[in-house]
Amino acid sequence: MSDPLLSVEDLHVYFRTDDGVVKAVDGISYEVQEGKTLGIVGESGSGKTVSSLTALGLTRSRGSQISGKIMFGGKDLVAMSTDDLRKIRGNDVAMIFQDPLSSLHPFYKVGWQLVEAMQAHRSISRKASRTRAAELLALVGIPDPKRRLDSYPHEFSGGMRQRAMIAMALANDPKLLIADEPTTALDVTVQAQILTLLNDLQSRLGTSIIIITHDLGVVAEIADDIAVMYAGRIVERGTAREIFKQPEHPYTWGLLKSIPRLDSPRGEELVPISGRPPSLINPPSGCHFHPRCPYVQDSHKQIDPRLEPVASGQAHAAACLLEAPVRERIWSGLREGRDIEALQRIAASSNGRAASGAGQEPASAAASSPPPSVDLPEEQT
Amino acid sequence: MSENLIEVRDLVKHFPIRRGILFQRQIGAVKAVDGISFDVVKGETLGIVGETGCGKSTTARLLCRLMDPTSGTVEFDGRDVFAQKGDDLKALHRDMQMVFQDPYSSLNPRKSVGSIIADPFVIHGLYTGKGERKRRVQALMDRVGLNPEHYNRYPHEFSGGQRQRIGVARAVALEPKLLIADEPVSALDVSIQAQVLNLLRELQRDLGLTLVFIAHDLSVVRHMCDRVAVMYLGKVVEMSPSDELYHEPRHPYTGALLSAVPVADPDGSTSERQLLTGDVPSPANPPSACRFHTRCPKAQELCSTDEPLLERKGATGVAACHFPLTDEEIRVRLPAALTRNGGQPSAVSSASADASVSSESSASSSSSSSSSST
Repeated sequence: MSDPLLSVEDLHVYFRTDDGVVKAVDGISYEVQEGKTLGIVGESGSGKTVSSLTALGLTRSRGSQISGKIMFGGKDLVAMSTDDLRKIRGNDVAMIFQDPLSSLHPFYKVGWQLVEAMQAHRSISRKASRTRAAELLALVGIPDPKRRLDSYPHEFSGGMRQRAMIAMALANDPKLLIADEPTTALDVTVQAQILTLLNDLQSRLGTSIIIITHDLGVVAEIADDIAVMYAGRIVERGTAREIFKQPEHPYTWGLLKSIPRLDSPRGEELVPISGRPPSLINPPSGCHFHPRCPYVQDSHKQIDPRLEPVASGQAHAAACLLEAPVRERIWSGLREGRDIEALQRIAASSNGRAASGAGQEPASAAASSPPPSVDLPEEQT
Repeated sequence: MSENLIEVRDLVKHFPIRRGILFQRQIGAVKAVDGISFDVVKGETLGIVGETGCGKSTTARLLCRLMDPTSGTVEFDGRDVFAQKGDDLKALHRDMQMVFQDPYSSLNPRKSVGSIIADPFVIHGLYTGKGERKRRVQALMDRVGLNPEHYNRYPHEFSGGQRQRIGVARAVALEPKLLIADEPVSALDVSIQAQVLNLLRELQRDLGLTLVFIAHDLSVVRHMCDRVAVMYLGKVVEMSPSDELYHEPRHPYTGALLSAVPVADPDGSTSERQLLTGDVPSPANPPSACRFHTRCPKAQELCSTDEPLLERKGATGVAACHFPLTDEEIRVRLPAALTRNGGQPSAVSSASADASVSSESSASSSSSSSSSST
């Protein structure tokens, strides 16, 4: 495979707050291939937005600690100066935000905002940029684009605003488009329009896309690869097919089984994930998911699992201490709708065997993954 | 058994648009709900789905008389909801309770959870002994899965899902006959939604509640409801038992909604997605006759002159459409997972349907945009 367009390596983003250090992103790595779409899935507070904001340098502040690498076109976006980063932001890497009403300036006409986005990065005449702006609006499917250049954002409907945001993001032919919950504020019919538009644009322009969402349906529609985030970490990573057909992490199972789906039999009992997302200031010991995991074993409370390939040589990886054959049995049981207790027994019985035989292995895995080496200054604030 | 708890007849709610400073004159009306009729059978769950602004929340508020209608009647258990006054109205409200969408703004931040849940008892003067009231509240908290020891905590100390449980506990405190849930899970995280949905189903089973469940998420509605009403611009366009609605939608709008739902399965997406173009027209100035005709892929001249009535189109369901979807069209448009016989897309019909949709698009969306900018 060719070099990835964007590769994130062991990224940590910590924020100092009055309550303590929030470990918003805690050592994640992922890659985006050229022309492909990566979906990042997670609940609110799982760090999915922070990881992509950091790629654009938008989390830089006095209270934040960023370490790791974000390689884009041979340069490290984390180490780059703010001025250099500004040349990339909105140019090679562009972003679409969740709420199109609050991310468009209410005071300026849409055309003006598009022109500004272009003139910020290249010397282009006003006239030429206006023509291009009209082309962009046409590209994203806004009817009568020439006239709409002179509209204000409030004259657009929600779906049209999001189209205008996409047009603005595409103004400088970015190589990478980061879409943060681009359809969450929209109705299903409009959501389908926007997703189709993103798919179309990608096949026409070859742009890579990172789409951040909590909606598994959306990523299934659009993403080639998926990373599932929980409490600041990636707990599972694989192709869309692998994640939906052969998920390996109990959290992914939970997400898949807790949402009513159109294609599951009606009246099927939902299996909620108990409890709630953990605090990122004092994350649980061991596996961060253990307080909510139905298959937790005592050892999981101490050992911090690493993201490891499911089978050697595979890109599909999961951070779970259960052994692969056990996970396979539990997932097939879950799919058949067997009750949780029976599945918990599977996990428990296998743990007994593991303790006598291969119990050494997870311990050594934990030992070889030292705690993140971010130097946090002692409480100063 | 099939006794109606609620009978809604020709319910209309128009919000006036006024202009002028001192002498305000009405220059128009937002037709939020424009003549809907339906029944809710005792013990069932009726779902109401639709896009933003279709009037589903207004309907909910009218049902339990949080606002008065422009015209029309709602009968609840034989009583005319809009004719009740004073103590009668209070007694009526005891039987109908509501769970709201936003668990953050629907709980008073300055009251402890115990007193929030006890409020219905205070209002209706029940369980006057102090110890008794507290016991009741704690039993309720236990029932909805909250720790009864958190009696004295304040709403900000709880997470979104727990707050929604508080809202549910308050709503079922008086053991109402009817529970109206207006988007009860849309503000919650995905992993939490199932907890609240399961709780609502459990309570319904245990307390024999009738549930009116309002949501925009079609998968959630299918999971929860026995019957579903689809609303578009203040009208009910289709109403069917869940299984029928999701497998054999007759109204093109229902077909389009189902077609638009992303399916969490990389292989299972729609064989031929039918995309609606443009936006929902303004309810202040809705299209003539069939309100969907400006965006409908099957619209013909008749649709803009004659308003279709809700009539039986499927096995038992009703739809308001002159040209309901045929079996063939259903097969092509719905996600493969929903069509019972797999759904082999036929290239010819899907291509022609596509063409008609896209030619429709520019005309309808430009007309809707021009109406919004004036």
